[in-house]
Amino acid sequence: MIEVSALEKIYRMGDEQVAALAGVDLRIERGEHAAVVGPSGSGKSSLMNILGGLDRPTHGAYRFDNEDIADFDDDQLADFRNRRIGFVFQSFQLLPRLSALQNVELPMVYAGMARAERRARAAQMLDRVGLASRGHHRPNQLSGGQQQRVAIARALANAPDLLLADEPTGALDQATGQEVLGLFEQLNREGLTLIIVTHDAEVAARARRRIAFRDGKVVQDERSPA
Amino acid sequence: MSKPASLASVRPIDLVRFAADAIIAHPLRSGLTALGVVIGVAAVVLMTSIGLGAQQRVTSAISGLGSNLIVVQPGSQRGAFVQTGAGTGISINDGDAAAIASQIDGVAAVAPAVRGQAQLAAEGANWNSRIEGVTSSYLVARDLTIASGRMFDDREARQGRKVAVVGQTVVNELFAGQDPLGRRVRVGTVPFEIIGVLTAKGQSGMGQDQDDIILGTLPAVRSRVVGRRVKGDAVQNIYVKAATEDDLGRVQEDVTNLLRERHRIRPGEEDDFQVQNLASILQASQAATQTFTVLLAAVGAISLLVGGVGIMNIMLVAVTERTREIGLRMAVGARRSHVLIQFALEAVTLSLAGGVIGLSLGAGGALLMAKLGSWPVAIATWAAPVSLGFSVLVGLVFGAYPSWRAAQLDPIEALRRE
Repeated sequence: MIEVSALEKIYRMGDEQVAALAGVDLRIERGEHAAVVGPSGSGKSSLMNILGGLDRPTHGAYRFDNEDIADFDDDQLADFRNRRIGFVFQSFQLLPRLSALQNVELPMVYAGMARAERRARAAQMLDRVGLASRGHHRPNQLSGGQQQRVAIARALANAPDLLLADEPTGALDQATGQEVLGLFEQLNREGLTLIIVTHDAEVAARARRRIAFRDGKVVQDERSPA
Repeated sequence: MSKPASLASVRPIDLVRFAADAIIAHPLRSGLTALGVVIGVAAVVLMTSIGLGAQQRVTSAISGLGSNLIVVQPGSQRGAFVQTGAGTGISINDGDAAAIASQIDGVAAVAPAVRGQAQLAAEGANWNSRIEGVTSSYLVARDLTIASGRMFDDREARQGRKVAVVGQTVVNELFAGQDPLGRRVRVGTVPFEIIGVLTAKGQSGMGQDQDDIILGTLPAVRSRVVGRRVKGDAVQNIYVKAATEDDLGRVQEDVTNLLRERHRIRPGEEDDFQVQNLASILQASQAATQTFTVLLAAVGAISLLVGGVGIMNIMLVAVTERTREIGLRMAVGARRSHVLIQFALEAVTLSLAGGVIGLSLGAGGALLMAKLGSWPVAIATWAAPVSLGFSVLVGLVFGAYPSWRAAQLDPIEALRRE
C-alpha cells in the first residue's frame, strides 16, 4: 500500500542543511501494525508528517496505492489527509469549544457530508470507541483516556486507509495507555493499517513490526513471529 | 468498515456555522469588535440624514418662492459711495416691469412689488406683519392661490384702491379666525378693505411663517405705507415668471439686456440692478449643502474605517490564539481556502452585524432628532443598502489579511504550538 524510496527531507537552518530523512526505503502493506521507533531527532516524526500528507519530501518518491503523493499540490494533500489518513496525536488535539460529537464530525464536514448523516456516523464512531454516552461532553469534561478515544473516533470518521498515531499513549497513565493500545489492536484486527510512532519500548513491543530510525535512516526493521 | 457514501467538498453552510460559532463563543469580544463598525455606520447614517434634511429645507425654502422665477432687484454692489438712480436710490421701477412684460417673449407673469413691515389694527386687535404692495399678477408669479374672496384686479391695482388680501395668520391674529371678508384693517394709519384670503402655505423652509402677510395694491402701499424709502414709481422687486423652465435662461438674459438698455448702461459698465434666477440660486445652495453632507459623511466614514482596523486587530489576535485549531482543521482535511473563507466570513459577519445595529441606531437617532428637536432630518433611501454594503466591504478588506495569514499557516508548526 505504501512505498517510499530514497526519501529525503532536508531542512535549512541558517547556512546549514540538516537531513531529517537521509534516504529511506520502506514498504508497508495493507493491514500491517507497525511501530516506528527511535530517539528524538532520528527522523521518525518527519517520516510521519510525510506519510500523513502534512509535508512533502525534499527528494524521493512516496507512492500510496500507486498514486504519487510527492507530486500533490496543497489542495490534493488536504483531500488526501481527509479521505485516506486518520491522525492520532499525543496531545489529542481536540477543539475545546466543540462537544465530543462535533469533534468527531470535523473530518466529515470537510468531506462535505450532510449534517444529519455525519452526526449519526459520529455517534456510531463514539460507540465504537466505547464513549456512546459522552457525545455531548466537551473535552475538558472528559478524562485523558476518554479524550484520546474521542480523537481516535475522529480519526476513523472518514474510514481512512491508514491510521497514523504519534506517541498516542505519551500523555496517558499506564492503565489508560494499555486500554488505548488494546483499542488500536482491535481496529487493526478489523483490517485497519496502523503505524504508531513511539519511543516507548513497551508500545513498540506490542506491534507486529518495528522499524527503528537513527540519524534519518532505517537501522532495523524486524517483524514479530505471527 | 463501510466507506461513507457522499464525499464531495465542504458545504458553504458549514463554513458559515464555524464562523458563527466562533463569534458566539466570545460574545463580549465580538460585541466590542463590532462596536467600531456600529459607531461608524450609525455616524454615517445620522450625519447624512442631517445633511440631507438641511438640503431639503433649503430646497423647499427657495422653491417655495415660486417656480421658474427670476427676481430683479436694485443693484446692491455699488453700495453707499455711488449714487445710482436719480434721486430715488432705487434703480428699477414700474416702467421696467411694464417693458419686461411687453417686450420679452416667454414670460408668464411680471409682478413689481414693494415691501415693508407694518402695524395692523382691526376691531381692537393689533398685529405686526409683513406687507407687500403688488399687482394682480403677483399670485401667478409667486405660485399663490386665493382660499376665499378674490384678488384685486388690474384696474384696482392701477388705481391704487385700498383693498387687501391677507394670509391665514393675519386672519387668526386680527379676527380670531373668523371670516374677514369685507372688514377693514388699518395698516399704520391707512384703512384697507379685506377682499380675499390666501391659501395657507405654512412655515417656509427657513422657519418663516409664510401666512403672516398682507398684500395691498402697489400704488397704495408704496405711497401710503412704505413711502419714505420708496419714492415715485420705484419698486424693490420685479418678479418675472418664465413660461417654461427651458425659457428661464434666455428670459434672464433678455431681461438683463433690456434693463441695461433702458438704464443707458454703456458696455463695460456695471449693471445697476441684479437679475437672479431661483434655479441657479437653488443649485448653488444645493451644492453648498451637498458639500456639507459629504463632509459629515466623511467624518462618519473615518469612524467606520477605525472600526475596520478594530476588526483587523481582533482577527489577528484570533488567528494567533487559534493557531492549533487551524493546524488541526488542516490535518483533518481543511484546504487552505476553507480556512481562508472561514476567517473571512467571521470578519464579514462581525462587520455586517455591526452595520445592521449601526443602521438601526443611526436611523433611530435621526427620527428622534426630527421628533424632539424639530431638526429637519431625512433618511436617504440609499442609507440601508450603502451602509450595509460598506460594512461587508470593511469586513472583507480588514479581514483579508488576518484570513490570509491563517490560511498560510504550516499545519505541522501550527499543531506544535502551545
